[in-house]
Amino acid sequence: MSNPNINWAAIDANPKFQALHRKKTTFLWGLMIFSTVYYFLLPIGAAYFQELFKIKVWGVVNFGLLFALSEFLVAWIIAFMYSKKANAEFDAMAQEIINETQGA
Amino acid sequence: MTILNKLTVSAAALCSSSAAFAGTGAVADEFKWMTFAVFGVIIAITMAITFWAARTTHSTSEFYAAGRSVSGIQNGWAIAGDYLSAASFLGIAGLISLYGYDGFMYSVGWLVAYITVLLVIAEPCRNIGKYTMGDILAFRNDPKKTKVVAALSTITVSTFYLTAQMVGGGVLIKTLIGIDYETSIIGVGVLMLAYVVFGGMKATTWVQITKAVLLVIASLILVFLVWSPYGFSLPGYLQAVVGDDKVVAQVAKLLGDSAAGMTKEELGQRFLEPGLFLKNPIDQISLGMALVLGTAGMPHILMRFFTVPTAQAARTSVIWAMGIIGGFYVLTLFLGTGAAMLVGSAKIAAVDAGGNMAGPLLAQFLGGGENSLLGNFFLAFVAAVAFATIVAVVAGLVLAAASAMAHDIYVGVIRGEKATPKEQVVAARVSSVIVGVIAITVGIMAKGQNVAHLVALAFAVAASSNLPAVFLTLYWKKCNTTGIILGMLVGSLTAIGLVMISPNMTYPKAVIASAKKVIEGEPLQAAKEAKPAVAASSFICELFAMEGCVASAPAKPASPEKAAKPGAADKLAKLNEKVPALEASLTALAADPVALKKAQDDLAKVKKDIAATEKAKTKAEDDLKKFDGQTASIMGLEKPYFLLKNPGLLSIPLGFLMVILGSIFTRDKRAEEMWDELYVRQNTGINSEQATAH
Repeated sequence: MSNPNINWAAIDANPKFQALHRKKTTFLWGLMIFSTVYYFLLPIGAAYFQELFKIKVWGVVNFGLLFALSEFLVAWIIAFMYSKKANAEFDAMAQEIINETQGA
Repeated sequence: MTILNKLTVSAAALCSSSAAFAGTGAVADEFKWMTFAVFGVIIAITMAITFWAARTTHSTSEFYAAGRSVSGIQNGWAIAGDYLSAASFLGIAGLISLYGYDGFMYSVGWLVAYITVLLVIAEPCRNIGKYTMGDILAFRNDPKKTKVVAALSTITVSTFYLTAQMVGGGVLIKTLIGIDYETSIIGVGVLMLAYVVFGGMKATTWVQITKAVLLVIASLILVFLVWSPYGFSLPGYLQAVVGDDKVVAQVAKLLGDSAAGMTKEELGQRFLEPGLFLKNPIDQISLGMALVLGTAGMPHILMRFFTVPTAQAARTSVIWAMGIIGGFYVLTLFLGTGAAMLVGSAKIAAVDAGGNMAGPLLAQFLGGGENSLLGNFFLAFVAAVAFATIVAVVAGLVLAAASAMAHDIYVGVIRGEKATPKEQVVAARVSSVIVGVIAITVGIMAKGQNVAHLVALAFAVAASSNLPAVFLTLYWKKCNTTGIILGMLVGSLTAIGLVMISPNMTYPKAVIASAKKVIEGEPLQAAKEAKPAVAASSFICELFAMEGCVASAPAKPASPEKAAKPGAADKLAKLNEKVPALEASLTALAADPVALKKAQDDLAKVKKDIAATEKAKTKAEDDLKKFDGQTASIMGLEKPYFLLKNPGLLSIPLGFLMVILGSIFTRDKRAEEMWDELYVRQNTGINSEQATAH
């Protein structure tokens, strides 16, 4: 609570903040929609595409089992992608805005 | 969690194979000392943690948020410890052991839920929040009104979840070591209260970390032992699973008539294919929605993000939690299939119909079996981890409910934010005791009750009420107080209302009918012709049992004539007739060791059947007595009106819609003025709550 007199509207209008907001929104919604669709493919596939799920691909390991395992992999990849992007880009952009605000 | 409900209390069937194991509980009497020793060690460790944490827990920030000094990695482990409740630790392994693929598929949603937490909730909440969900909502909405609604919702969700944990935990401890249900509940309650009241969030966090580490170690050891004989080859291991006679027998039992004509190989392979347990895809999607959106609205999970120093640490903690939780569910695939192959589904279901004992029994088997010292040590260790699991989860929930009561209601509303720091800490501790005592009381009162719906309900309420409110407050400029209040009330009431009229509830007519079947037997059934699948007459008919609706039904193959089944009394008489002859043959066969062994096994099997039949008979008689003369559920229904077990499909969109409508049709100056500040702060972390130095 170091500085209670911050002009929030000014930061909001700052092109740098706008750029951060735009980048973050696109990236997050993209990942969110992809992960949700991918997740719901599992119950839908298990119910309506059983013949596909039953195809054996690796010994007794069938497509359905590999698909369920891939859900874990995809979740981890999304987490990794987000954290990489956030650590490298979003944090730096936010830090710039913080520096500007506190320097002003 | 459906599963914990089905826990059958007595382990008599398991123990009857040897007269020495006549006690109750999966752990034999002569090895109980070991279980208590392992329990003692774990309790001692957690008490030492509490003692250490209590020395640095003085301020409200320390009590509610561990001084915001928990590191990202530590918090990741703590989230995993908070989340991997007995339901996921024992329940999912059990489901896999009984139903194969479907059990594993069920586990996926619990991990995917964390993507929502990571992408939209964790960091903004860390930047905006202080101690509770109410703090986040009150940031731009009317503080008093939203804090009251947020606290009510938090307490509701926590209580539902808490009751399910307490009842499940009590039954679990009784099944494992035979301690009385009431004693177990009081033990769990008192221990948990000690952590929370003296050590606050710091002790709770470290108890959760300890438990998560123990859980992962135990699972890794078991999976190593199960998988290593197959050279860690996935197809090689699963080949052995599907080729196992016990697995084939279980699938044949599940499929019933439709198993006729299938080869042994096909039956085994069927264990790795969907459809043995989860039959209604719409219900699955409804549950998926509640998990994916509900986890992010769970107050005890949200609260964990206030314990880290920065938004970056919040991010790290979700990444770690996802690694641990996901990795754990992958391990349960091996635990479940391993138990199905090595222990056998029949034996698992005999101890507990829901399969909750799959993990513990697998541990006992891998250590050398029922009569071995190491086998019972493994069992004791897993039982102690299960116990630590319940205590840790319950502690997190009590802390969340107590913070809503003390911080939102007492300090925020009743005292108008004017309480002194000392008064606030006292209020927090007093609230914890109140919530803890309520948890113990409700747990004891709910003995033997149907609590299966409570976990589904907790997630559904969190997804329909908390998540829309938090999400739209954080991301939608027009969101305001009226919208939040309307959305939270309608969302939670719809979820609760739908569950009350769903198949989760107990319907006396169905219970009486199945009890009568057990006692009186079933008459001869004529052969039936094959029936094609029936589609519901409209989508709404998939959801509600309305007049004029044709319910959907799967295709049924032709079934041959089924012989009449005898009632329990006849069955018992027949089994008892066999005993004297078998006992007589024992002395006659004393000279022939092979034949003697066979006769002994036969006798043990008959005795086991007698015990199981007697148990079923007693239960059926109790049910008949309990529901005598009743025809309707507590909602006055003879059969479910809402056909899904999970209400999320309807209640979640409704919750969002109400927040939106309420916000569009009213104006709230403060909510508009605070938007810029909220949006800048949640993205940059400027002015966020700082860690206290120690």
